[in-house]
Amino acid sequence: MADVQRADGHGADGQRVARHIPDRREGRAARMLKGWEALLVAVAAAIFLVNSFASPYFLDPWNLSDATFNFTEKAMIAFAMALVIISGEIDLSVASIIALTSTAMGYAVQLGFDTPALVTVGLATGLLCGALNGALVTGLGLPSIVVTIGTMSLFRGLSFIILGDQAFTGYPASFSWFGQGYVWWVFSFEFCLFLLFAVVYGVLLHRTSFGRTIYAIGNNPTAALFSGVRVGRVKFLLFLLTGLMSAVAAICLTARLGSTRPSIALGWELEVVTMVVLGGVNILGGSGTIPGVVLAALIMGMVTFGFGLLNVPGIVMSIFIGLLLITVIALPILYGRLRRRVTH
Amino acid sequence: MRTKPAIALEGISKSFPGVRALSKVSLALHPGSVTALVGENGAGKSTLVKILTGIYQPDEGVIRVDGAPTRFPSASSAARAGVTAIHQETVLFDELSVAENIFLGHAPRIGPGLIDWRKMNADARALLARVGADLDPSIRLRDLGIASKHLVAIARALSIDARVVIMDEPTAALSHKEIHELYELVDRLKADGKAILFISHKFDEIFRIADRYTVFRDGSMVGEGLIAETTQDDLVRLMVGRDIGQVFPKQAVAIGEPVLTVSGYRHPTEFEDINFELRRGEILGFYGLVGAGRSEFMQSLIGITKPSAGAVRLDGEVRVIRSPADAIAAGIVYVPEERGRQGAIIGLPIFQNVTLPSLSRTSRAGFLRLAEEFALARDYTARLDLRAASFDQDVGTLSGGNQQKVVIAKWLATKPKVIILDEPTKGIDIGSKAAVHAFMSELAASGLSVIMVSSEIPEIMGMADRVIVMREGRIAARFERDALSAEGLVRAAAGIREAA
Repeated sequence: MADVQRADGHGADGQRVARHIPDRREGRAARMLKGWEALLVAVAAAIFLVNSFASPYFLDPWNLSDATFNFTEKAMIAFAMALVIISGEIDLSVASIIALTSTAMGYAVQLGFDTPALVTVGLATGLLCGALNGALVTGLGLPSIVVTIGTMSLFRGLSFIILGDQAFTGYPASFSWFGQGYVWWVFSFEFCLFLLFAVVYGVLLHRTSFGRTIYAIGNNPTAALFSGVRVGRVKFLLFLLTGLMSAVAAICLTARLGSTRPSIALGWELEVVTMVVLGGVNILGGSGTIPGVVLAALIMGMVTFGFGLLNVPGIVMSIFIGLLLITVIALPILYGRLRRRVTH
Repeated sequence: MRTKPAIALEGISKSFPGVRALSKVSLALHPGSVTALVGENGAGKSTLVKILTGIYQPDEGVIRVDGAPTRFPSASSAARAGVTAIHQETVLFDELSVAENIFLGHAPRIGPGLIDWRKMNADARALLARVGADLDPSIRLRDLGIASKHLVAIARALSIDARVVIMDEPTAALSHKEIHELYELVDRLKADGKAILFISHKFDEIFRIADRYTVFRDGSMVGEGLIAETTQDDLVRLMVGRDIGQVFPKQAVAIGEPVLTVSGYRHPTEFEDINFELRRGEILGFYGLVGAGRSEFMQSLIGITKPSAGAVRLDGEVRVIRSPADAIAAGIVYVPEERGRQGAIIGLPIFQNVTLPSLSRTSRAGFLRLAEEFALARDYTARLDLRAASFDQDVGTLSGGNQQKVVIAKWLATKPKVIILDEPTKGIDIGSKAAVHAFMSELAASGLSVIMVSSEIPEIMGMADRVIVMREGRIAARFERDALSAEGLVRAAAGIREAA
């Protein structure tokens, strides 16, 4: 990180400091305080407090550990989805990729595959689905919202055809560890995987040149192309990533449930997109951070958990998700207007 | 011609930040007469059209309709006064039918909100017949060619009973045959008593259809009169004859060996048969009218569009360039004309804009090094005298001139051998222009080869060592610096033969 150089003299008006241009106008602390993430931290803290007052069971470590399953699988997809949305695209087929991946693994179980083979089948299915999305978007130049609405129906339709009204069960015990195992004390395998991916995606987006090109494409794909960014290749890789992360989520979810039905993860694409947008990613592309998505995942997980403790019915939860999605799209816009008014 | 003008502009001025687009110009358009408006790019013609059609408000001056002072506070008020414009790209609606396009906003009705379709189609057919177009009024506009769309636009002008018709380069996209049909139509409109303002770069058509001419230069009217009493040479002289007010910081540079050789470059629709050499330390100007194929050729050189044939040699070696990434690797960079769309990435900070094509140099194994990025941004923008509050400022908050400096810095940071600047000073203030020109000279002096695409004659004459003029996708002429003349450039670009 470069040194923060302060403009000499009082008042940082453009004219006076024109000759010496500092790297940054504000220090790291000031930038963090003004960010969307600071707001999310405050919201998360508030929900945490409300929950711990509302229910005596909330602060129990094992209860909290159970609650992480509310968001870990969705959050893993949300990391990849954040990258796709920042690049100006969207992938609405993620929940259907889970269904198809889970179905493929369930089919493989019937053929007698062992756990490593099941994981391989799962990841390969996810990558194939992602490759199809990526090829349609970058190869044929179709809008991703249309392509992935199409493949959303296609992938889930395929798993309906394969499964009909039955369910695949009989997953080996070693496979269920991905959804039910604990690495240490209350820390489940899924939660550890969530933390690992948070770091991996945070580094990928914020610390690598690949991450930088994602922002460039999201803000101006034409200028990015003129600047030598291989726009098509980057977008294709991003769709591969959402496919891959959907497969990872499918492995965890299938292992946790112990069975595959065609309705598995129905409607998850909405929750994943909500999580990404709540995390401060601009739905039109160009901006957003992984720490924001991590905080959004924690918030959504805690809210779901809190509702569960208070015995709020599931339909209220989906009303809440809908309202949350609209609010978080409106909020950054209002917040941006307010900030502009304050700074000018 | 002693008729009363249908519309007259008197002492109109209009300024934009940093530019005086029009300075006390006057223009009178008479019924039944075609007035040609000529001038270089940037002479103020489009500003004038926008004032006539109510899109811009003049800072000073009077618009008179039939002698009475009038204001056009909106486009619809200009339309109500009977002024209509037919643009290069006509403003029509592809998804609507021909009849709907003609009558949009004033369709015949059989009741509140209910359109009388039968009458509308019949009226449309009658209007189309008047402009000599045999079109079905019910087909969608998108199914028509550009010439037919022009006819629809003209029928629309007739339907609102326009008295003043402005045609802004109406023949730019038309074929030979269509142009002749357009001429006949103009004659018919003239016979109908319309006052016509005809804007064109093509001298042959001006002399074919116009009765009067008005010449603009740098926002002022510099001459007017009857076409019958002038010659093409006189008009060219009026267009370009200027005092060289601007001083260009051209340095004497020893021109070296050829760096870039382009041979046989062609494209199915945009350009043909482009051959030239670019030498070390040279500034090669590309002049031509808008649409001559210069930008399209430059973009194919860096792999944005694929040429159908042609070869590029760089330092004697054949290079295959399929994408801008290949071009950057080879050492050819292109600073695009459309700064907002193709150049700057609005939304990203200055330093990230500068380092984007050079990320492989400022990163290690794919991981960013911010300190190196800031250093690179500082190094290259300092040479261009960038004015900014900080390097993490969004490039979109800078003025146009400073954005352009960031974009040029971005390309220089890739350490190219050849830099192509497409209209490098278009739309930026005088101070930034001077900085860009000074810098261009330094680049050439430091051994870079520069291609400068420009439509501004003073810039071409002030900066270029050699000039290639393109017209209709082909190289129309080549000039050495000592043989350069403004009139020669204009003639070559417009396709005017030497006076006998």
